[in-house]
Amino acid sequence: MSTFAGTKTPGFDLNSLRMNILVGVIKTPDTTAKIAFTDNNTRLDTQGVAFIMNPYDEWYALVRALEIKEAVGGQVTLIAVGDAEYDQILRKGLAIGADDAIRIDTEAMDSFQVAREIARQVRAGSYDLVFLGKETIDHNGSEVGAMLAELLDWPFLSYANKLELNGEVATVNREIEGGVETMEVSPPFVLSAAKGLAEQRIPNMRGIMMAKTKPLQVVAPEQGDARVRFASYTLPKEKSSVRLIAPDQMDELVRLLKEEAKVL
Amino acid sequence: MVLVYVETTGGEIRKAGQEALTYGRKLADKAVTTCVALVLGKATDPAGAGRYGASRVLHAGDGALDAFESGLYASAIAAAARQTGARFVVMAHSANGKSLAGRVAVRLEAGCVSAVNDLPDLSGGCAVRKGVYSGKAMAEVQVLTPVAVLTVAGNAIQPVVVGDKAPVEPFAPELPARKVRVKGVDKVEGLVPLPEAEIVVSAGRGMKGPENWGIVEELARELGATTACSRPVADSGWRPHHEHVGQTGIAIRPNLYIAIGISGAIQHLAGVNRSKVIVVINKDPEAPFFKAADYGVVGDLFEVVPRLTEAIRRSKGSH
Repeated sequence: MSTFAGTKTPGFDLNSLRMNILVGVIKTPDTTAKIAFTDNNTRLDTQGVAFIMNPYDEWYALVRALEIKEAVGGQVTLIAVGDAEYDQILRKGLAIGADDAIRIDTEAMDSFQVAREIARQVRAGSYDLVFLGKETIDHNGSEVGAMLAELLDWPFLSYANKLELNGEVATVNREIEGGVETMEVSPPFVLSAAKGLAEQRIPNMRGIMMAKTKPLQVVAPEQGDARVRFASYTLPKEKSSVRLIAPDQMDELVRLLKEEAKVL
Repeated sequence: MVLVYVETTGGEIRKAGQEALTYGRKLADKAVTTCVALVLGKATDPAGAGRYGASRVLHAGDGALDAFESGLYASAIAAAARQTGARFVVMAHSANGKSLAGRVAVRLEAGCVSAVNDLPDLSGGCAVRKGVYSGKAMAEVQVLTPVAVLTVAGNAIQPVVVGDKAPVEPFAPELPARKVRVKGVDKVEGLVPLPEAEIVVSAGRGMKGPENWGIVEELARELGATTACSRPVADSGWRPHHEHVGQTGIAIRPNLYIAIGISGAIQHLAGVNRSKVIVVINKDPEAPFFKAADYGVVGDLFEVVPRLTEAIRRSKGSH
């Protein structure tokens, strides 16, 4: 699985390679959740909505961080900006294998507030790498990673679907339109994780038991203004029901696509 | 002033760059100001940005900008924004644009809204709509800062040619040292990349096996479309992973999405539900995808797809 195995040569000082990795996670409505809004369309209606850890954070960013730690040693710390409802998400991450967690106790108004809070913790700690999912499945912004990298003045490797570390050099494959870009970079850096970077891990019973006693530190936020505001939400117009075309009427389908839908 | 960062590939202005320019020009019209284009690195025809409405072009031709790096590029874009006094900084919501927008916004202390698909409402500042919850809803986002950084969703706007070449001014911002070395770029040759494709022909498990993809490729060829697939198909190795569209794969918004033998799981829909028109071909009339479709064909795909290809061929002949 890992190319790190190759770096474990006899007599090699593994301590020099230890990686302290901070993994940013966020809570999102489950993919299958029905989305509705309340308070005059200014807030998500959370009634009956199940929340999960953002899949890109959990499946790819966190698991690759754990694999690196398992190969070279170090520490995996989870970080989230949110209220006490986030604790269940963080406990799940701890059950999957993270060592400890930090929760910044505030409800962020925008991605900049999230990035600023995480940056503050990165400066206060001693992290070599920060991993995030490539985007959240609620606001679909892809903004926090780039903002965090800029605040820290670190390189940002976005949409990574492959990461190998050889000593102090990381080789990262990044998804671009119609292809892949291969890059080399040395820690520290911020990376956003896409499918392919790792495989989802399901927490086992031992992990779930251990997670209950792992440290989860709650810290106060730094106050600061938001730069954008999600003012209101609308649902798309109800799609009119599908127009069925008989399987032997493909000329008619082509005509409709040309003349009615105007997409050909 | 609207500053548009124009993406290039091999020195040419990419479709995503043309879309960003068109958005920027329309935004400048609305704000009664001008649109300035910024081109970074090697470029064959930076003046061509004028065709999409830029009144002038800043070209930073420093060789350090020939390969992408978010830190370097963001620093150049922010410098251009300061020099031009830009109130709006516009770029494509592409792999590079997404890596840059947040960095540029931090540098300019600007609010950032990504994947916008409409021009902003400027009546009380700047409020702009974007898709949220993976296409299940729209949000109106207010920018609370004097400067706004906007990334434009792919296929949200058609590039429009409105002028001719624009004057090009050399631009030489101070650049930080490069920290990321680009070792190589591997591109799938010959096809329009999925996020930029206007027509996508996509197939799923109903195809029964990778050996049957000939009919899908033939339909795609006839339409000038890009091929895609569902997650199970990519996971079982029938098709390459870069074809996977859906929640965990690539999210797309083509003008026409033809789904063949795909049941339409919610995770798949999350990646394709922003398509303008959806055609579903499936033998199961209960397939959930029909609920999200504009046109549906209930039938055996092995018969329907070749017939559709034939019908398209015929319709071309009749013109």
